[in-house]
Amino acid sequence: MGTVTLTAVLAQGTATVMAVLAAPLLLGWLNQCRAWLQNRSGPGLLQPYRQIRKLFHKDAVIASNASPLFRLVPYVELASMALAAAIIPTLWTRLPFAIAADSIALVGLFAMSRLFLALAAMDIGTAFGSLGARREMLVGFLAEPALLMVFFTTSLIAHSTSLPTIADGFAHQPFVLYPSLAFACVAFLMVLLAENARIPVDNPTTHLELTMIHEATVLEYSARHLALIEWSAALKLFNYVCIGLALFLPWGLAERPTDPTGLLLAVPALLLKLAVTGSGLALIETLNAKMRIFRAPEFLATAFLLAMLGLLVRLLLGS
Amino acid sequence: MAGTHTELLGAVDIGAGWLAIGLLGLLRPRGMAWVARILFPLGSLLGIALATAGILALSHGVETLILPFGLPELPFHLRLDALAAVFLILLGATAAGVSIFAAGYFRPGEGTAPGLLGLQYHVFLASMLFVVLADDALAFMMAWESMALSSYFLVTSQHRLPEIRKAGYLYLLVAHLGAAAIVLSFGVLQGGSWQFTFEAMRAAQLSPVSASVVFFLSLFGFGAKAGIVPLHVWLPEAHPAAPSPVSALMSGVMLEIAVYGLLRMNLDLLHGQVWWWGLVTLGLGLLTALYGVLFAAVQTDMKRLLAYSSIENIGIIFVGLGLTLIFRAFHLPAFAALALAATLYHCLNHAFAKSLLFLGTGSVLHATGERNLGRLGGLIHRMPWVAWLALVGTLAIAGIPPFNGFVSEWLLLQSFLFTPSIPHEFINMLLPLGAAGLTLAAALAAYLMVKFYGIIFLGQPREAKLAQAHDCGWLERIGLLWLAAGCVLLGIFPAQVLALISHATLELLHATTAPPLWHGLLFAPVSPERAAYSPALFLFGIAALVCLAMFIVRIAYHGRIRRAHPWGCGGFALTPRMQDTSEGFGQPIRQIFEPFFSMRRELPSPFDAAPHYRVQIEDRLWRWLYVPVVSMVQRIARATGAIQRGRISSYLLYSFVTLLVLLIWVL
Repeated sequence: MGTVTLTAVLAQGTATVMAVLAAPLLLGWLNQCRAWLQNRSGPGLLQPYRQIRKLFHKDAVIASNASPLFRLVPYVELASMALAAAIIPTLWTRLPFAIAADSIALVGLFAMSRLFLALAAMDIGTAFGSLGARREMLVGFLAEPALLMVFFTTSLIAHSTSLPTIADGFAHQPFVLYPSLAFACVAFLMVLLAENARIPVDNPTTHLELTMIHEATVLEYSARHLALIEWSAALKLFNYVCIGLALFLPWGLAERPTDPTGLLLAVPALLLKLAVTGSGLALIETLNAKMRIFRAPEFLATAFLLAMLGLLVRLLLGS
Repeated sequence: MAGTHTELLGAVDIGAGWLAIGLLGLLRPRGMAWVARILFPLGSLLGIALATAGILALSHGVETLILPFGLPELPFHLRLDALAAVFLILLGATAAGVSIFAAGYFRPGEGTAPGLLGLQYHVFLASMLFVVLADDALAFMMAWESMALSSYFLVTSQHRLPEIRKAGYLYLLVAHLGAAAIVLSFGVLQGGSWQFTFEAMRAAQLSPVSASVVFFLSLFGFGAKAGIVPLHVWLPEAHPAAPSPVSALMSGVMLEIAVYGLLRMNLDLLHGQVWWWGLVTLGLGLLTALYGVLFAAVQTDMKRLLAYSSIENIGIIFVGLGLTLIFRAFHLPAFAALALAATLYHCLNHAFAKSLLFLGTGSVLHATGERNLGRLGGLIHRMPWVAWLALVGTLAIAGIPPFNGFVSEWLLLQSFLFTPSIPHEFINMLLPLGAAGLTLAAALAAYLMVKFYGIIFLGQPREAKLAQAHDCGWLERIGLLWLAAGCVLLGIFPAQVLALISHATLELLHATTAPPLWHGLLFAPVSPERAAYSPALFLFGIAALVCLAMFIVRIAYHGRIRRAHPWGCGGFALTPRMQDTSEGFGQPIRQIFEPFFSMRRELPSPFDAAPHYRVQIEDRLWRWLYVPVVSMVQRIARATGAIQRGRISSYLLYSFVTLLVLLIWVL
């Protein structure tokens, strides 16, 4: 963190805008990889952008009984995810905005976006909307403690809950293998899949309403509102992957944006890590099938237990 | 000392003022306009004055006063220190909002006459004030009892309904069991000096065993009032029975006053430093939090739901208190101060947010006549004021940043992160698991609040009569606005609030220096590198980004919107009955935590002409704990009944035998 200078703020602002703009690319890459793994040619990397562009140009159709809350929520979704992007170390660790929220507050930020989405889903009063809200919150209340426990483990190791400090500590220390982090990493991966509505918890491409979780909450949205929500979902995936990278693969992070050699290393390192993680996620999604909705709590309870095991390993063995 | 008494004297005058307002109501006991429109707003102004006096008193050190009445040996001692001042602020600020709301809320022809209700209400306020100020056991117990009795009468203001009388009886019973335990704990605490001023109790030297006895008695006594499991059963009965402003005060203030009693007893009067007291408190708190939130999630009555949510919040407060006791026992005053700050902060948060929500349910109840979630819905269109202000309370209770509920949760989790520095191999490993339970409770609270808000205010109205629902009046709006503003300010300026609270934490824990909790808008318990959270920056970031996104979307694209009916799955219209019900929303919780509940389900068969689905959830503790206790009491009563023959000669014989036995024992 250090001193808050104008350069640092400007650099961080630019990086955040870049993250917001580039986030759909990760989703495009993931979908492309999945298509390749399934022997399809795939729609190309830019498909999420085409989708968002198409949606922005359409006329918004809103249910006659929608309240102002319904129209506000897409903006809140995008704003909260953009704010999250500003406090997650992606390229360098001296983040001037990081004082706004540490990792615990980051969990709160994700909770906020989830809660608003659930409220918006209930606003129209359709069967699927409230069903989706209920399921989204179900996944949320199980995933959130697991995520917090992951952060607890890393915070205990790094003696800080601030994400940049944790990443900084992990990146600049001699290579140590923490068994507790291995548990935390698996737990985090499970939370990532659940929170981003990926297989095996949810199927982002489903058209069958009865099995939907996340998609059911946004069924009533159209045009620009839907575009904002899809965009924020892509950004959320990007944020989660970046959190994972900062915690478990922090190597290559620069310390500050004014350090050109560090950046020269950090940018390709980030791209490489994102590409590898994206294809890894595609592999997981290809190898697994979506589970029944009431298997999801078991899946997430496993994540929670793994995170607690990580914590216990840290406390018992000090490693 | 003459000049230093101002705040304490002011607080006493405010208490007397509340009593006077209550008595003035008797001048025209049936005059609704007199009592509601004039006296209640006056009481509200006194509340603001009390909060101001509390804020001033925080930095002025301890003030004491001896009132010239009471027992000949023991006149009423009063004392205003920083801990009392924090709770005076809580009481005054919350009562100000609730009173102004109540001014517009009470309607003629409902239960108790308005004058009498006003008297009970203001006696309730004044007695809570004197509980906080009392500095001897007698004054404390008198204020405590009048608090219990006045709130009993308020709960049973609709006393013609048998279920309300039943709820009131249960409340009175638990309150008095608790009061008995508190009296006993004072009895042990005086340590053989037979001095009942708190000053003497602070000086008393207790053996470890009697100190533990005091701890358990006070935990039972104050815990019964605060509603910790298993003594929580009265809460979900009493809150729905009481009028909404009374529920708001009972849940938002009285439960916190019980916490005050426990803090006073265990951090100020009792000097023991036993770590497992903290562990017991923490464990009970965790159990209470999880129990409360799980039961809240399956409720279908909006006030019962909030009552269970209060139980959950009290649990969180107890977790904080337990952590404070543990840190204190291991001589880590800085961390104990952090945990205590979280505890006090959560008390303030709960006071504002829960009062706000209870008042909101009161407005909904008046507008619709329904408490059942299954008959509400879509009220954000008919009651925008209540709905938008209740959203603030909802987010606060759900622990969503940048609102206030999140601040105390954040502080509490931060203090959990310091537990590995406790020099004890067993509990420094156990405690982080407590943090896991706490996060689970907090995450469930968000689920619960989505259910609460979504079912009442969002969606389509589930009943035709909801179309006639009207928004609340302007007095009620002021009350709701006041409390919502409190939630927002407590959320955005935690550093400033903590600067005030730290007077109390330093005083209680005898810590010499405050941890550097604040730095302008940023707040960080140790250092910004270790942990930082800046709600103002957070809110500003969200608001700026929302505006930016709206601006860009508006500039770059058209703003065309068409309104249409939601898609009806091709062909048939959507009816409100297709929405999720409150039972439906609780279904995942019922399914996942099934062993936890005792459920009776009636499922319809395919051949039913009028299919019925019913699910009834009961507290297992009723069967496991309360029913055995009640039957045991009845057995003892029957056994003692055998010696009650109703003949004077046998009673004389009993007296004679007793005297004989005593004589022999003395010899």
